[in-house]
Amino acid sequence: MKSVCFYFNIHQPFRLKRYRFFDIGNDHYYYDDFANDDIITRLAEQSYMPMADTLLEMIRESNGAFKCAISISGTAIEQLQLYVPEFIDKLKQLADTGCVEFLAGTYAHSLSSLEDHDEFIREVKQLDRLLLRLFGVKTKTFANTELIYDDDIAMLIAGMGFRNCLTAGAKHVLGWKSPNYVYKAATAPNLRLLITNDKLAGDISMNFNRTEWDEYPLTADKYLDWIASSPEQEQVVNMFLSMDTFGTFIPESTGIFEFMKALPRFAAVRGIRFSTPSEVCSHLKPVGELTIPYPLSDIDEARDVSAWKGNELQNEALSKLYSVAERVSLCDDRRLKLDWEYLQSSDHFYYMCTKNMSDGASHAAFSPYDSPFSAFTNYMNVLADFLVRVQEQFPESIDNEELNPLLLTIRNQAAEIASLNKEVTSLRINILNSEEKAAMAEIEAEPEIPKAVPPKKPAAKKNSSAKKASTRSIAKKSASAQDDK
Amino acid sequence: MKALMFGWEFPPHILGGLGTASYGLTKGMHNNGDMEISFVIPKPQGDEEKGFANIIGANCTPVAWRDVNRDYVEGRIGKVMDPQLYFDLRDHIYADFNYMRLNDLGCIEFSGRYPDNIIEEINNYSIVAGVISRTIPCDVIHSHDWLTYPAGIHAKNVTGKPLVIHVHATDFDRSRGNVNPTVFGIEKDGMENADHIITVSDLTRRTVIDKYGISPDKVTTVHNAVIPLSDELLNLPRREKKDKVITFLGRITMQKGPEYFVEAAAKVLQKNRNVRFVMAGSGDMMDDMIRLAAKRNIADRFHFTGFLRGRQVYEMLADSDVYVMPSVSEPFGISPLEAMEMGVPSIISKQSGCAEILDYVIKTDYWDIDAMADAMHSLVSYPGLHNMLRDKGIEEIHRITWEKAGKKVIDIYRHVMDNRR
Repeated sequence: MKSVCFYFNIHQPFRLKRYRFFDIGNDHYYYDDFANDDIITRLAEQSYMPMADTLLEMIRESNGAFKCAISISGTAIEQLQLYVPEFIDKLKQLADTGCVEFLAGTYAHSLSSLEDHDEFIREVKQLDRLLLRLFGVKTKTFANTELIYDDDIAMLIAGMGFRNCLTAGAKHVLGWKSPNYVYKAATAPNLRLLITNDKLAGDISMNFNRTEWDEYPLTADKYLDWIASSPEQEQVVNMFLSMDTFGTFIPESTGIFEFMKALPRFAAVRGIRFSTPSEVCSHLKPVGELTIPYPLSDIDEARDVSAWKGNELQNEALSKLYSVAERVSLCDDRRLKLDWEYLQSSDHFYYMCTKNMSDGASHAAFSPYDSPFSAFTNYMNVLADFLVRVQEQFPESIDNEELNPLLLTIRNQAAEIASLNKEVTSLRINILNSEEKAAMAEIEAEPEIPKAVPPKKPAAKKNSSAKKASTRSIAKKSASAQDDK
Repeated sequence: MKALMFGWEFPPHILGGLGTASYGLTKGMHNNGDMEISFVIPKPQGDEEKGFANIIGANCTPVAWRDVNRDYVEGRIGKVMDPQLYFDLRDHIYADFNYMRLNDLGCIEFSGRYPDNIIEEINNYSIVAGVISRTIPCDVIHSHDWLTYPAGIHAKNVTGKPLVIHVHATDFDRSRGNVNPTVFGIEKDGMENADHIITVSDLTRRTVIDKYGISPDKVTTVHNAVIPLSDELLNLPRREKKDKVITFLGRITMQKGPEYFVEAAAKVLQKNRNVRFVMAGSGDMMDDMIRLAAKRNIADRFHFTGFLRGRQVYEMLADSDVYVMPSVSEPFGISPLEAMEMGVPSIISKQSGCAEILDYVIKTDYWDIDAMADAMHSLVSYPGLHNMLRDKGIEEIHRITWEKAGKKVIDIYRHVMDNRR
């Protein structure tokens, strides 16, 4: 029985406002609230909300036979919370049906998997926490930023405890292999790999409303025929689609939502079922290993990471940004950490792509800038201000290795002072108690020796905290001495 | 194919971009093969590069008969022109111009520059064109810029051959819209009499169509190119220096937008004192600019070089880190291409014709001082951008050749000749 897996991806970056170099040091707010609000509200209205309703209806009508997966970035969730909170409720409803699997990923849709592994792990965990808190879901399957994947990343993903990972069906890696199987990672044998089927996904995302396409118009009937007619052994079809494709690039008027709604019915006739990725992975055995030494992605004709790391501009911006990764992780300024997230979004680097204006067309379509150079200039100005702020956190003369133990001492000191304070108060209470007792004893039997009782308690306390440093016992002594007076 | 070209300037004696463009185009056309070009200029000096075009001096062309012997002619104009050509031309004098002020050879003197009596000089040039076009056989006539349009029309009337005019600039560019009616009249007359019009950019093409009312189907854009610089110039020593240098290079006139450069410089200097600004060139707005720089309190970091010629231009570029051309209206603008070839990243205004063919430059609106200052700052502060524009810029310039431009012009010749038949 064949399985079809739909993945809907939702991501929006925090776009930067026009930030001139004379703002550096004067203005620490970097975002174009108007554009961000405008874009996500428009997308939600045209695409996210109707699509979520469509999915809910599909699940309801098919009594839960329709299943799919959603991957959403942390920055998108934050923007939705700000501007379109009703969509968060819709996602919650989807999560509650149990038919939708949420995928793990990077919080800011960032390139940290290529640049800084510690940051990568931190980001993934942060998104996981957010998904758990909002939707009560625990993620099992991993989908990196634009499906970036290579053997090193496989090890990181497996190391975080994920069993399944989705990646792109790049021709130069697959070669003769079909994407319609489950594979396993060469470097992490426990990690199962699901590969996207670009052809079938492209028929929806690119060809659906192309009237000159020879298969136009595409119907659910025909589409599922294609899937059903694939070789018997090919058991799974993974389709990774950006959710905003539905309703914007392919407007509602093309009947795209009706097409989706018809899918479960026609699938049932052909004995094709819908699955979530983790179901697929638990049912199917991997047929082979995939070795991917160089990172691949889902973007552009080359299906590699050159859309973000293809020219000097991008490399300079990335290396400057990640040069402070450790510093930022050491500090605990909340706003700084927030900016750190937002500045990592891969989109900022995508806008700087100069892949000579051939693939550039699709880059330009999404870019708020008029050229890659102004994208770079603007980003670097923002980054310059951000770097100044990071440097202000700690003196520059101390390098990270020194800083780390120092910060540790400072943090431990706080804990130590807290524990000492606790001790002092408990001692004070003891002393007060013992004094009271002594006074009572005095009242009861005046001529008796009062010394015998008071020293007993402090001595017992001393034994219980035998490990404590000598300084502390001195402090205690002086404290108790003061109290004695 | 034989072409008779009328021009005003020719290297090495040039006053602006016109000479460079005429030279590059002629050479590019010659390299396409099968082209025989006669190039008329008002006043050749004898040190022009020959070989690809036959240079004819208007000031060596007799318009009245003088009985002179060959040796005398040889002695007078031998270094500029073949004496035999003088006698050939003398055989084709078509009217009696003795009433004019002529020299001992029966020729009219030309300044070859842009004097106050330029209208008179243009008229004289067209008289001479009558003699030349009767003498030199040609298939097509090509006039460079408005100064030579009357000559081209005259030659067309004499020979009946098609006229192509090459618009390197219009008076709308030079005057920010306040056109001189006489100049406008000459330009419009030239355009209407031409069989085809070549413009150096789509920007100029639109001006020709919109402002002069010319039918779009007879206006074609052939973008200028750049003549590869000699290795000697490319390898000029680059000094190690503490400060970054941002350069404006060109005539300091209204058309070139120098005040925007000064204002942007003031913005950059507020933040970053390790930059120096150079305004190279001369022009009627120079004094105003010196005053403006003083008023903005940046005179200590803002330098004026005066007019640079020949090699000095390239020495200046070799010392620069950024080249800026904030022209308000620039039909093409060849100088950023030269800067890029020298490895100097450029910032150009979107109102420049060359912006149409360049990718690896930063383009801003000429009035957007903030954007311009931002681009300057970013080029001197972020090495990634500077290196990329430098390296990719050189590659890009090497793809823009006069041969390709020459090919397009030859195609236009074929087209107008076919229409004639």
